[in-house]
Amino acid sequence: MAELELTGNVRRPHSTVSRSVRRVLGVLAALLVGIIFFLPFYWMVSTSLKTPDQTFQSPPAWIPSPFAFSNYPEAVNYIPFGTYVLNTLKVAIPSVFGTLLSCSLVGYGFARINAPGRNVLFYICLATMMVPWAVTMVPLFVMFKALHWTGTYLPLIVPHFFGNAFYIFLFRQFFLTIPMELSDAATIDGSSQLGILWRIILPLSKPIVVTVGLFEFNRVWSDYLAPLIFLQRREQFTLAIGLTYFLDRDRPMWNLAMAGATLAVLPVLILFLVAQRSFIEGITMTGLKG
Amino acid sequence: MTDVIAVVRHRLPRLSPTQRSFLTMLAFISPWLIGFVWFFLYPTVASLYYGFTSYNVLQPPTWVGLSNYIEMTQDSRFWNSLSNTVYYTLLSVPLNILVAFTLALVLNQAIPGRAVLRTLVYIPVVLPITATAMIWMWIFNTNWGMLNNLLALIGIRGPAWLGSPLWAKPSLILMQTWLVGAGILIFLAALQDVPRVLYEAAEVDGAGPWRKLINVTIPMVTPAMLFTLLTGLIAAFQVFASAWIMTNGGPVRATEFYILYLYNNGFKFFKMGYASAMAWVLFILVLVVSVITFRSSARWVYYGGQE
Repeated sequence: MAELELTGNVRRPHSTVSRSVRRVLGVLAALLVGIIFFLPFYWMVSTSLKTPDQTFQSPPAWIPSPFAFSNYPEAVNYIPFGTYVLNTLKVAIPSVFGTLLSCSLVGYGFARINAPGRNVLFYICLATMMVPWAVTMVPLFVMFKALHWTGTYLPLIVPHFFGNAFYIFLFRQFFLTIPMELSDAATIDGSSQLGILWRIILPLSKPIVVTVGLFEFNRVWSDYLAPLIFLQRREQFTLAIGLTYFLDRDRPMWNLAMAGATLAVLPVLILFLVAQRSFIEGITMTGLKG
Repeated sequence: MTDVIAVVRHRLPRLSPTQRSFLTMLAFISPWLIGFVWFFLYPTVASLYYGFTSYNVLQPPTWVGLSNYIEMTQDSRFWNSLSNTVYYTLLSVPLNILVAFTLALVLNQAIPGRAVLRTLVYIPVVLPITATAMIWMWIFNTNWGMLNNLLALIGIRGPAWLGSPLWAKPSLILMQTWLVGAGILIFLAALQDVPRVLYEAAEVDGAGPWRKLINVTIPMVTPAMLFTLLTGLIAAFQVFASAWIMTNGGPVRATEFYILYLYNNGFKFFKMGYASAMAWVLFILVLVVSVITFRSSARWVYYGGQE
């Protein structure tokens, strides 16, 4: 590599200069990207600390003074914030559990049991991801209404005990990387497939369990449409729906709304920062390495 | 489940190993099989049927043949929602791919703070869409928003953004570019997979940075482009929550996208039959666009890296 760079320099005498110019430009571009991506966060947090006067002021106060920390307690009381968080957890915890249970089983079936028809079924599973959810939306509503499930959390929870194509795919891809010899040895020792999954494969699969668990928690925390369709009473709303009550005035209290948004963002932000490796691996796995 | 398998084995002692492993596989994938029939296959078939009926949920559906589909051809609000969606898709999908690829190039350099930047550009993706929508409504606010105040610093009087029929769609498209993190990560992974030796060979041939980009980098990341294009198209056709929260389809229906109008038909006007017919039209559209994209990929996607 170094030698080749030298040959390059010999051919083009200006290339050392242009190389460092490019380097500076690259750093500047990165800095610009960073600022642009960061600004919306800054705007959210700074507004959340402004008094009403400062919120509606032009040109804006880029740094709030004084810091109106009281916006936070006020925002939590403006909407039943605690209730909404609790409601979201009531959906999230069973959903994460059901997702991990069903998707690990199905992923195992697709990855590690050689049987005719397996690949066809797996492709059908993948193909369901292409179908717009609007196609199933109306009949699902009708069905859940007939079951008297609308207005409860069941429509938001129960389907997640029956697998999800994307997570099944992630589990399958991960399970495929574990050497088959481990399973073969256990089979000879008389282990059942379920025993192999539970005692051998899952203990080796903590990264994918964490990734899928995080994705699913994040999905529930952020989900907007399903709660909108299936929940009915205001007091049972999840946080993603409940937050919009900050907006239901002609002139919203933007400082309170931004305090509410900051609080809603905080848990997923912390979760992401703690476990970003899992998130990022999950995303890149979806890319092309299938 | 082991018990079930044991029973099956006991009753049918002559199962061949193949048959036995087939049954074991079915047992393992049974959660998905049940879910597939219950939450996918049945609703999909049912919505096809509802599409040929008039149905308000309270009374049972009545068969009306093709009239929902005929009504659609004469429904200007339907055409408006379709053209809004096509406008959004045609601008936002290529823009997002371009931005994701460019930012991936920037982040792929050996620069200080690269890991922090990579984290920063991905964070917007994990935020609840409601919070994101609220942040951007406030950014786009005509008088007190960040955007117009920044524009004012360089002497530009910004438009009303979300309040303007002309700018509402571009505003949502602009917001969407803040959410390109996943695309950036996919391109970054693809860039890191490009064999060094290709660049070295290009340099030996006297290629500058530009030629290396055109002749090495871009061909090598076309599989990632196909992936982001397909997923981007499918997602863009279904844009909903951002417009629902930020503009509720306005002003003057400038952001009433396909799914918004479909949702209104189903859950506001209780025209479930019409909504289902619309859903199937969207399904077919997405399918046709995906197939065309996929077919075209033979001509522009380079799989040289894989065996």
